[in-house]
Amino acid sequence: MALYAALLYYGEDGGWIRREHLAEHSAFLADPAAEEVVRGWQALCPASTATTITVGDGLGGDVVITDGPYAEAKEVLGGFYLLEAADLDEAIRWAARIPAAWRGRIELRPVMPVAPVPARP
Amino acid sequence: MTPQERLAETVRQEGAWVLATLARTLGSLDLAEDAVQEAAVAALRSWPRTGVPDEPRAWLTVTARRKAYDVLRREAARPGKEAAASRELPPAAADPAEEVAEMTEPGSVVRDDMLRLVFTCCHPALSLDARVALALRTLAQLEVPAIARAFLVPEATMAKRLVRARRKIAVARIPYRVPSDTELPERLPAVLAVVHLIATEAHAPTGGEDVARVDLEAEAVRLARLLAELIPGEPEVLSLLSLLLFTAARRPARTGDHGEPVLLAEQDRSRWDPDKIREASVLLAEAVRRSGGAAGPYQLQAHLSACHSTAPSWANTDWDRIIDLYDLLLSVSANPAVALNRAVAVGERDGPAGLLEAVDSLPAQPRSHLWHAARADALRRLGRPEEARHELLTAVDLAPSGPERRLLARRLTALLPRPGQGQ
Repeated sequence: MALYAALLYYGEDGGWIRREHLAEHSAFLADPAAEEVVRGWQALCPASTATTITVGDGLGGDVVITDGPYAEAKEVLGGFYLLEAADLDEAIRWAARIPAAWRGRIELRPVMPVAPVPARP
Repeated sequence: MTPQERLAETVRQEGAWVLATLARTLGSLDLAEDAVQEAAVAALRSWPRTGVPDEPRAWLTVTARRKAYDVLRREAARPGKEAAASRELPPAAADPAEEVAEMTEPGSVVRDDMLRLVFTCCHPALSLDARVALALRTLAQLEVPAIARAFLVPEATMAKRLVRARRKIAVARIPYRVPSDTELPERLPAVLAVVHLIATEAHAPTGGEDVARVDLEAEAVRLARLLAELIPGEPEVLSLLSLLLFTAARRPARTGDHGEPVLLAEQDRSRWDPDKIREASVLLAEAVRRSGGAAGPYQLQAHLSACHSTAPSWANTDWDRIIDLYDLLLSVSANPAVALNRAVAVGERDGPAGLLEAVDSLPAQPRSHLWHAARADALRRLGRPEEARHELLTAVDLAPSGPERRLLARRLTALLPRPGQGQ
């Protein structure tokens, strides 16, 4: 067996929060066969609540914080960490230690409190 | 100021402090803002009859807190909300006098509350536009239409910007707390940039008919003073306040008798405000003493402003020092406006040929109306009126505000060949 991340893209910011879309997701998750396959899921808050973090000159360098998502075509999504933090400042501190912060960029997006929080491994 | 205006000003000045405390005790900036707004309306309705209470801040706080509790109670009454709202409701004091005493927090607590509000509204995870809007709304307690007018955007746009900023604070959980001493250096620039942008818009409006905006200038100075009070002895805060006061001191001389802008070179220096210049000089000296030789960008700008403010005349300005300061400033951050000002200073020291050379050596983009105006000035002084006119025409087209456009147009007219001159 192999693991896949299914990344969901939408044409409109926050479009996925619409009631009819949520109903479709519920229907998808209600399928007993899906329960075998889906190992976790989270819904994100709109991109307008995102914060982008970059760190200059490697670990411990200057942290640059900007409002909004970073969406430039030449950058490619390479993975994600799910962080549990008390507030945005703590999340930024941790994000600044993730190598992508100096190898590329990190977009911090709040997660909507709808899905169960995964247990600690 | 009429009694009604004075009353409104008290409500506005105290409102920010009330909001700062309530945002902490209620745990919600949105709820606190609505409550303070309602309390302000109540004060404006009842104070003209009852007179201003001895402790207007305590009065506003108690009133606002009651309004907030009313909202929470109403929400609690809605099905499914009991748990969430009842958790946030501390028991109300039975005696109003006791409630007032309880609300009159010690100075250090109030100071920390205001710092929390400042750093939340000016958090770097918010865009600069959003920070400016929030600072004017929450810290300066300006109404949305006034903020929209200040930045020449439609009211709906400004309201939307504020809604989006507040939503981000709530959803992304921008914390309501004072940064630690180690965090302060990375958090302070985002705050100072907000005050500086407000001051810049006041000094050089991006549109409209005013040479300078006195009301907005007063807000910027007030915010800078608030920061200097909240974060005492911080060199860049002192420098920013100093810079704003040097600029404000010159403002009366920047507008001519007919509302036209008067450039620094032609200003009547006796119209500069000596008290403001004195205060700004003291602040700058204090900033220098406390920074231990490491001048930040605001200190450099304050030095530049001091250099002009203390020069006996435009001709007798210490251009060498001004050019050195611009070089230092450019080494901190490359900024086209700073680079152009440096070129103008070189022109004053070395004459029109030096100015033309300095202006032409600047990067091609972006070329503002000021760049074309400076080039026109060099060409005019070099006896090349045809080319000067051409540059001025471009400058007029690019000028952002009415007064600037007219100033440039007058210079253009002065260069037109007059009958009998044989050009």
